[in-house]
Amino acid sequence: MTMAAWRPRVVVAVFPGTWSERDFAHVAENVLGWECRTLWHLEAELGACDAVVLPGGFAHGDHLRTGAIARFSPIMRAVEAFAAAGGPVIGSCNGFQVLTEAGLLPGALMRNDHLQFRCDWQSLRVERPERAPAWLGDLANGDVIRLPISHGEGRYVADAATLDGLEREGRVVLRYANVAGEVTDEANPNGSQRSIAGLVNERGNVLGLMPHPERAAEAELGGTDGLRLFRSLERWLQEQPAATERRL
Amino acid sequence: MGRKPNTVELGMFGAMWSEHCAYKHSRPLLGRLPSIGERVLVGPGENAGAIDIGDGLAVVFKVESHNHPSAVEPYQGAATGVGGIIRDIFTMGARPIALLNSLRFGPLEADDEIDSDAAARNRYLFGGVVGGIAGYGNCIGIPDVGGEIIFDPSYSGNPLVNAMCVGIARHDEITLARAAGAGNVLLLVGASTGRDGIQGASFASATLGDDREERRPAVQVGNPFLEKLLMEACLELARTDAVVAMQDLGAAGLTCALAELTARGGVGAEVDLDAVPRREPGMTPYEVLLSESQERMLIVVRPDQVADVRTIFDRYELTAASIGRIVDEPVITCRTGGEVVCRVPGRALADEAPQYVIHGAAPPAPDTNLAALAGQPVSASVLLELLASPNARDRRPIWQRYDHMNGTNTLIGPGAGDAAVLRIKGTSGALAMAIDGPSPARIGALDPYLAGLSAVLEGAVNVASMGAVPIGITDCLNFGSPQTSLGGWQLERAIDGIADACRALDLPVVSGNVSLYNETPDGPILPTPVVGTIGLIQDRDRALRMTWSEGDAIWLLGDAADDVEALAGSELAWRRGQRGGAPALDLPAVVGMVRLLPELAAASVIGAAHDLSVGGLGVALARVAVASGVGAEISVESAPSPTATLFAERVGRVIVALTPERVPELRDALAAAGVAGQSLGAAGGDRLSLDVAGVRLAIRVSELETAWRTPF
Repeated sequence: MTMAAWRPRVVVAVFPGTWSERDFAHVAENVLGWECRTLWHLEAELGACDAVVLPGGFAHGDHLRTGAIARFSPIMRAVEAFAAAGGPVIGSCNGFQVLTEAGLLPGALMRNDHLQFRCDWQSLRVERPERAPAWLGDLANGDVIRLPISHGEGRYVADAATLDGLEREGRVVLRYANVAGEVTDEANPNGSQRSIAGLVNERGNVLGLMPHPERAAEAELGGTDGLRLFRSLERWLQEQPAATERRL
Repeated sequence: MGRKPNTVELGMFGAMWSEHCAYKHSRPLLGRLPSIGERVLVGPGENAGAIDIGDGLAVVFKVESHNHPSAVEPYQGAATGVGGIIRDIFTMGARPIALLNSLRFGPLEADDEIDSDAAARNRYLFGGVVGGIAGYGNCIGIPDVGGEIIFDPSYSGNPLVNAMCVGIARHDEITLARAAGAGNVLLLVGASTGRDGIQGASFASATLGDDREERRPAVQVGNPFLEKLLMEACLELARTDAVVAMQDLGAAGLTCALAELTARGGVGAEVDLDAVPRREPGMTPYEVLLSESQERMLIVVRPDQVADVRTIFDRYELTAASIGRIVDEPVITCRTGGEVVCRVPGRALADEAPQYVIHGAAPPAPDTNLAALAGQPVSASVLLELLASPNARDRRPIWQRYDHMNGTNTLIGPGAGDAAVLRIKGTSGALAMAIDGPSPARIGALDPYLAGLSAVLEGAVNVASMGAVPIGITDCLNFGSPQTSLGGWQLERAIDGIADACRALDLPVVSGNVSLYNETPDGPILPTPVVGTIGLIQDRDRALRMTWSEGDAIWLLGDAADDVEALAGSELAWRRGQRGGAPALDLPAVVGMVRLLPELAAASVIGAAHDLSVGGLGVALARVAVASGVGAEISVESAPSPTATLFAERVGRVIVALTPERVPELRDALAAAGVAGQSLGAAGGDRLSLDVAGVRLAIRVSELETAWRTPF
């Protein structure tokens, strides 16, 4: 197999009520030229894959709590095993909520402080990208990126000890900011504690974020900063001997 | 039928012959609307219309009202309005890609005309409706990309909620609602049937009285999560060849779906009501047949493919109950416990409602003194007042609550242009889409013919301002009672206006909806024909923007509208209590501009365009200055009335921006097309400076922005 023929293989998990899977698949296949499979939540096996996406939407209609039912889906056992083996996992929007419910990331996403849904372009400050090398490897500490947000329940909440631990370990990798990269209350669209927009697990392979990188992957849609996450993944995978083994 | 109908049958006729389902006052008039065109694939009479957009694709779209439910239970009323129009689109086998909405409310603040209780109720309705639209659309994952909203006392207590959905289908996947084939199976799919919304169709056809709180049980409750599953399952189904016909259950529930499916196909149906999944025990046949429980579909399937169809619905954990079969005799027979409870010809229900001929006459013209208004001095405060007015100010607080980017097609979303522009994936093209009422918004009070005419023209100009060629429309006619002389006259004149504009622009009306009896004890609403317009852009890289750059030349295309009568119906005239006058419109001139704009865009002669609407030229210039973050130096040499020049609202006028070296091409194009145009000045600086026949104003762009961003 030549390197030119190599393509990342991603699996996008689909729960009843998920809606960003088509947008992720469009970017993966038509923008990046990746191989992409969408898998229904009842599947217990991921099959051969290099990364997993938990996309946005309203899994199970947000009944009970966002992500609360989805975490019990058979596919989540496979995602947990994949993550435990060091496989890169990204959960965006509802996917972030599923990750916290599943215990793959700490804390919870609560209703926005202003109690309204909010859809807009949002500036984010990148911090400690080396802590999430698979997803932010191409970005630098202090970079300001623009991604769309679209959620009613994106207010990140955790107890003080957890928050302090996350900060100490450099696991808060994306914060809501203004265009200058300053983290201010005015720039925080949902009242998230410490303006947290995205964080990684201890090992650094599981990233949860409220914004939608898949909506910022083509210039005609208003921005391409989302591509930087996907390009990071592509480069990281190419550098991983383990990934090469998974490919074979 | 040759006999007296029983109670169940009477209930079925009552619902089906309601104004809402039977259009009995409007159907004779609706025949005047042109619905034929080269691109039309499916015209009126189906769940939605479909127009060819090339590459084997079709745009499928429709607008529908949910006014009465929203007046009593705004959140659920608006939410189920959105759910209903989405079902109409995916029932056709089209994937919905966009939602738009046109809203009308009474004033949110008390004033001379509205007391504080009425204003508080209007705020409640406004908040509930916006919340309901957001709640349903965001959850199901269809972007809400555009709309319009107008506040006027005539809508106090009787808001208008018109929702439009746009979908894309491959030609060969379009599914119709035309039952056929004796022995084919009727599958009732989706939600179980409950006691909600019974007689909703009849309720929606009555005048709203003081008992509106007691009508809440007639409003349905929406479940966007369930509809999302239903949508995905139905779209999967449409890609197979198992489906003969598909019809969603809306007004008059199962009765209407059975009647329309069988009447269109000239067949009948045998139905076992005991097989209908129920939410609660003890429901009577009457209730089962007339329940308007949401998120249900009736599907006609070939018997040998029922198992395959069930597999699809099982995967989405949706119930698919076999409730009967198609028969040759064109009669709907329903049984419970083996006993026949109704036996009615579908055509009698669907097509044979009595039709009324409307009689009406024009009311006396109100007194007005527009000349005095036209003679008033122009000042910066008037421009700032109009910019901050509820009918002109920034709509961001509303649309930022709607997911407008889902689906990654939105090239130009809400607030960024006169129409939304969505790319058509897999092609180089894009669709422009807009939803518009009359322009100016109250022109129907002065001339309902111009209300119909201008609603079509406004939509056409809006999509043309993005560089698109308008290819078809859908309409929603919101009026008061057709049984009054005023209401009858308004409805007929407005339909004639729509028809004349469509013929002049060669635009087919492919779908639509009528909402009558929009009255409260205080009187009827303003005549409000609402038009949803679809435009096609072949090369989306040539789509126009609404921002100018430093140094751009700025031109006004269309009528100068500097005469006294041009103020008739304008926001300024209404605010000053001058609510009369005789507005006029040069239809061929507007048509010429609608045709010219996409040509100018395709040739890259102009880079930006913005339609003049509420607040006229002054507000339009301010709006573009704010959007661009760049001011302008504007000068109009001759103006009989500077007030009219700046604030008159006559439909079919556009400001365009272009680089100075393209100006000769613009001049030539205008001359060749016979379209009027005048140079207004140039973009630049941090203020908007206006010199109108020697009257000078200069306002900082930041000050304009502050006024425009006045919160609701």
